[in-house]
Amino acid sequence: MPPAAGAIIVSASNSSFPAIRFSNVSRHFGEVKAVDNVSLDILDGEFFTMLGPSGSGKTTCLRLIAGFDQPTAGGIQLHGQEVIGLPPYERDVNTVFQDYALFPHMTAGENVAYGLMIKKVPKAEREKRVEEILELVRLPGFAQRKPTQLSGGQRQRVALARALINHPRVLLLDEPLGALDLKLRQQMQIELKSIQQRVGITFVFVTHDQEEALTMSDRIAVFSQGRIEQVGTPAELYEHPASAFVAGFVGVSNLVHGSVAQAITSSPTMFSIRPEKIHLADPSAPVPADSYSAEGRVREVVYLGMYTRYVVELDGGGELAVMEQNLHTTSMDVLAAQGRPVRLIWQRNHVSLIPERAN
Amino acid sequence: MATATTSPERQSFIGKLSTLFYLHPRLTLAALLGPPLVWLGVVYLGSLFMLVAQSFFHLDSFSGKVVREFTLATYGDLLSQFENYNIVVRTAGMAAAVTLAAALLAFPIAYYMARYASPRLKALLYLAVLIPLWSNYLVRVYAWKIILAKEGILGWFLTVLHLDFALDALLKLPVIGGPSLSNSLIGMFLVFLYVWLPYMILPIQAALERVPKSLLEASGDLGAKPGETFRHVILPLIFPGVVAGSIFTFSLTLGDFIIPTAFGTSQFFIGMAVYVYQGTSGNVPLAAAFTIVPILIMAIYLSFAKRLGAFDAL
Repeated sequence: MPPAAGAIIVSASNSSFPAIRFSNVSRHFGEVKAVDNVSLDILDGEFFTMLGPSGSGKTTCLRLIAGFDQPTAGGIQLHGQEVIGLPPYERDVNTVFQDYALFPHMTAGENVAYGLMIKKVPKAEREKRVEEILELVRLPGFAQRKPTQLSGGQRQRVALARALINHPRVLLLDEPLGALDLKLRQQMQIELKSIQQRVGITFVFVTHDQEEALTMSDRIAVFSQGRIEQVGTPAELYEHPASAFVAGFVGVSNLVHGSVAQAITSSPTMFSIRPEKIHLADPSAPVPADSYSAEGRVREVVYLGMYTRYVVELDGGGELAVMEQNLHTTSMDVLAAQGRPVRLIWQRNHVSLIPERAN
Repeated sequence: MATATTSPERQSFIGKLSTLFYLHPRLTLAALLGPPLVWLGVVYLGSLFMLVAQSFFHLDSFSGKVVREFTLATYGDLLSQFENYNIVVRTAGMAAAVTLAAALLAFPIAYYMARYASPRLKALLYLAVLIPLWSNYLVRVYAWKIILAKEGILGWFLTVLHLDFALDALLKLPVIGGPSLSNSLIGMFLVFLYVWLPYMILPIQAALERVPKSLLEASGDLGAKPGETFRHVILPLIFPGVVAGSIFTFSLTLGDFIIPTAFGTSQFFIGMAVYVYQGTSGNVPLAAAFTIVPILIMAIYLSFAKRLGAFDAL
């Protein structure tokens, strides 16, 4: 099978339906609105990430898809089939749990074979498929180990293999990399993405780590307080955040509003500008026609090796963070900028206007 | 007390003592374990040794005195009487029945406590399980006497429900039946089940608490129906707890002599036999030999449980 993304999306028989459809789904726990009127389509074969801070409703959405929890209102369809009221064991989805949830009384191989054992697949075939799938997650020969004899990263792979061996049409991943250290996490991010492309099934990934989301996802839904703030590709979210929350949660951003915005753009509408898009120039530098500018004084300089982060206090009030790569500058050069008057210049097309929310 | 800690002399002594223990972990261990080990060694093992030793003496049937010489004659007496085998089988059978019924009754309660009960309700349930243990054992046993007696509470209640014919039919059964519930193996079984049930609920509940909810969800997620999840995940994981509970219910039933005395027919149980031999007939060696029987049964039971993997998770 060619691993081309386009080929995978049309591979499913009833691909006219989205893999998952949320129609006005709510899950309320008494007064708490864990999920509040969420509508969402996840396409067949895509790597979809639900991103948000803890308590934003992303994990609850995942549990609603898996069937561990039922919505208080709304409908959920998997490949066009209404699944409200269906228990987990009757849904063609599998989950990789945050704590891996490996059965401690079984070996890694028995854990992986669990789904096949339940389906009464003959033992010989079971063992063959366990071997194959352990190969896929790069754990060949680990079938006899008990979960306690595995490292965190290895357990994570066993959990992944245990879910994938059933060939589910949708794989749900609940912050599966959260317990791993940074190096291993970055390695697993790339590996997960490549596994997803190889097996060609829909991945729904839950995380609070925006970098992880940007690395792996075809599309991302940003959650906040039980609602979806924005759905889009990583580039769309980063370059055109639809709300102040998205601008602040996905990457770092300057949010400018009110009279300060008026002074710069001649409009009081709030806008967001990424720190790395702003150019730090002399107060006398000319401003190109396609750019905005603001004058101020450098209040703080933080040398970060590859980059330097400046905080500039604007003459018109407020402050902007600026990120500059140290292509030609040394730490001595950048630290000398402290207290200096500057002109900040950035292109108009890098600005995202954020209209006030109706509610 | 505040005065003790502010006094510099006391403080320095306690301080020195603390430092001594801190720097010498072996000394700390000796201080901690010494007293209980002496207690266990002398009182428990000592008395057990005395018991085993007694069983190798024998009673002179003419003088009625214990002959303190090594002999297997007492074991010969024990094994040569057919009725003794009946006593052992009867007692072990009762212990097994009580254990099985207690496990079946305890699981739903323990499962509810571990999975569904709110913290407040859980505390109340703990209390409900434990309260019977606070009152006197004899009082509880004789309360059951009133419940199970021929004209007793249960009989009256069944008459009201027009179910007395079922009770009569039950009591007409061979072996386990009898003239009334309070004089039959069925009645004895009910009372045993009542007194030992808490010892089964608590270990099963503790074992269930240690099974994370995500394991049950994972099992369902992988296609297992609730029954399959119970068989493949819950049961293997709580099995050590069930075995722990069964050690209590089984051994307590094996050794008890009050309930068989109060509720039995004239048939003996091990505990009664031991009581009668060492008391009324003064045959302490035979009583001691008989006491070895439940110890052997427990040893066989535990090795069987070990074979089933009961202690693998420990």
